[in-house]
Amino acid sequence: MLAESLTLSAALFTIGVVGVLTRRNAIIVFMCVELMLNAVNLSFVALSRLYGATGQVFVIFVMTVAAAEAAVGLAIIIAIFRHKKSVNLQDINLLRG
Amino acid sequence: MTYNLAIPAQLMAALGPDLVLMVGAMGLMLYAAWRPESAEHQRRVGFASITVILTTAAAVIWYASSGATASPGVIAVDGFRWACDLIFLAGAAATILLGIESNPRDRVLSAESHVLILFATAGMMILAASRDLMIVFLGVEMMSIAVYVLAGINRSSVRSAEGALKYFLLGAFSTAFLLYGIALIYGATGTTSIPDIGARIVTYSLVHHSMLLIGVGLLLVGFAFKVAAVPFHMWAPDVYEGAPTPITAYMAAVVKAAAFAMFFRVWLESFNLLDGAWLAPIWWVAAATMVVGNVVALSQRNVKRMLAYSSIVHGGYLLVAVASGTSLGSAAFLFYAVAYTLATFGAFAVVSSVSKPGTYATAISDYDGLWTTRPWLAIGFSVCLLALLGFPIFGGAGFFAKWYVLQAAITSPRDLVPLSVVLVLTSVVSAGYYLHLVRVMFMRARPDDAVEPAALAPLTRAVLVSCVGLILLLGVFPNRLAMWARSNALVTSTHPPTAAPPIAP
Repeated sequence: MLAESLTLSAALFTIGVVGVLTRRNAIIVFMCVELMLNAVNLSFVALSRLYGATGQVFVIFVMTVAAAEAAVGLAIIIAIFRHKKSVNLQDINLLRG
Repeated sequence: MTYNLAIPAQLMAALGPDLVLMVGAMGLMLYAAWRPESAEHQRRVGFASITVILTTAAAVIWYASSGATASPGVIAVDGFRWACDLIFLAGAAATILLGIESNPRDRVLSAESHVLILFATAGMMILAASRDLMIVFLGVEMMSIAVYVLAGINRSSVRSAEGALKYFLLGAFSTAFLLYGIALIYGATGTTSIPDIGARIVTYSLVHHSMLLIGVGLLLVGFAFKVAAVPFHMWAPDVYEGAPTPITAYMAAVVKAAAFAMFFRVWLESFNLLDGAWLAPIWWVAAATMVVGNVVALSQRNVKRMLAYSSIVHGGYLLVAVASGTSLGSAAFLFYAVAYTLATFGAFAVVSSVSKPGTYATAISDYDGLWTTRPWLAIGFSVCLLALLGFPIFGGAGFFAKWYVLQAAITSPRDLVPLSVVLVLTSVVSAGYYLHLVRVMFMRARPDDAVEPAALAPLTRAVLVSCVGLILLLGVFPNRLAMWARSNALVTSTHPPTAAPPIAP
């Protein structure tokens, strides 16, 4: 079971990475980041069957932090939407060298 | 005394200064939200935040001088932690002092901006104390989430919001890499305790375990994002340009120092033995960071972007100290962090007072002939730039900072001579943009239509004068600071494993 869980976790993580790199909507990019975090959670839970509770404790921390991050992230996305009337990353291009 | 970290009450006591800062910050957050936004309230909360920082610093000094130690556990109680804490607190105080005066000019009236700096600093102190990857993760996130908000604290500026969004998305992305790296390291070794990981790598000869190597690689990627090392540096110039100037200084100096403090501890206390496999990536990232950062900085026309690339480059120099993998390397880091923090805050104090109110953009041409209108400002800025360059005497402590990094690299048992050569050669390239700015200030004529920069506000002047004074003073008497750094350096040691053997899948 462990090998399957870790493979699924790696696959989900990869889907998240590909999503972040290819999607252009800030909210979908953020959802892909959350997918990556949850893929990691799956790894932790699977590994904690081997090593004891540490992995499960870690998952609780990750979920708490992800919630705080989501609150801040959505607030930032709303802030940019007020200025630009868009959350498309291609429209967000004022700062460049 | 020795804290037994298995007992909750003693664990709390070992976290004393961190708790002082956190409780103070939470109280101030309530006070900040108590009154409506106004310049006056912002100022009041700013000074209250400084008081909290001073109290925390007093607690840190008290703990440091008591010489306390702790049993092996989730947090470290050692000189390195207290030394890093003092650097972070000094940086936070400088940020708040600059912010109190520049915030009303930039129409940032929220008093919470100062409190968020306290929260971020609390995260950094946790990071400097962490001896467990779980605490590393918590510290990184406590710091980063507060800094995401700080980057976008100016809600009326579209650039600030844009910088915050970029910082947030890439920061969250890099955190996921860091976390997956931690998960794989946990999978390979069966523990998240940093010294235990090192011990188990030796005991069960896991050096070439593929899961461990991938995990360390992902950890390295997450870390490289946080310190803006090439090729993961693209966000830094945009974010630094968009953020209010004091926050930029905070991100360039203190956030970077905190990420390096964490990296030094993780690396020296556990993965030092992996270097056979992982010296090469650090080597190449350090070399690429120094070369690319310096070359791109040459073409910048905006002072804030130029300083952003300069901060990327300084991350590259510090990676050389990481690559040395010795306790001397961590001593060099402490000295470097002090010198670099002073120079960065001095430089950004000048940038913040020269930039036109309401905009953060400062072109290099705004500094044309600054010497003729504001001679002392030009001299102070030059000292900070020369310190960043590592120029002897006039650059003060900056020269010795680079000297100690080179010394750590050359005396390291690993062959780092080629990397040291890259460091020296790229430093010569960096003279191209630092000295160009000095030349612009002293040798060009002031254009007739140039706006007279506003008089230096008292707190900004205090920050600038103390930074420049300390840079020059430490340039003449570096021994004290060097001895302090060496006595607070990390000790590379391995503890015997404390739990059951891992079962590698």
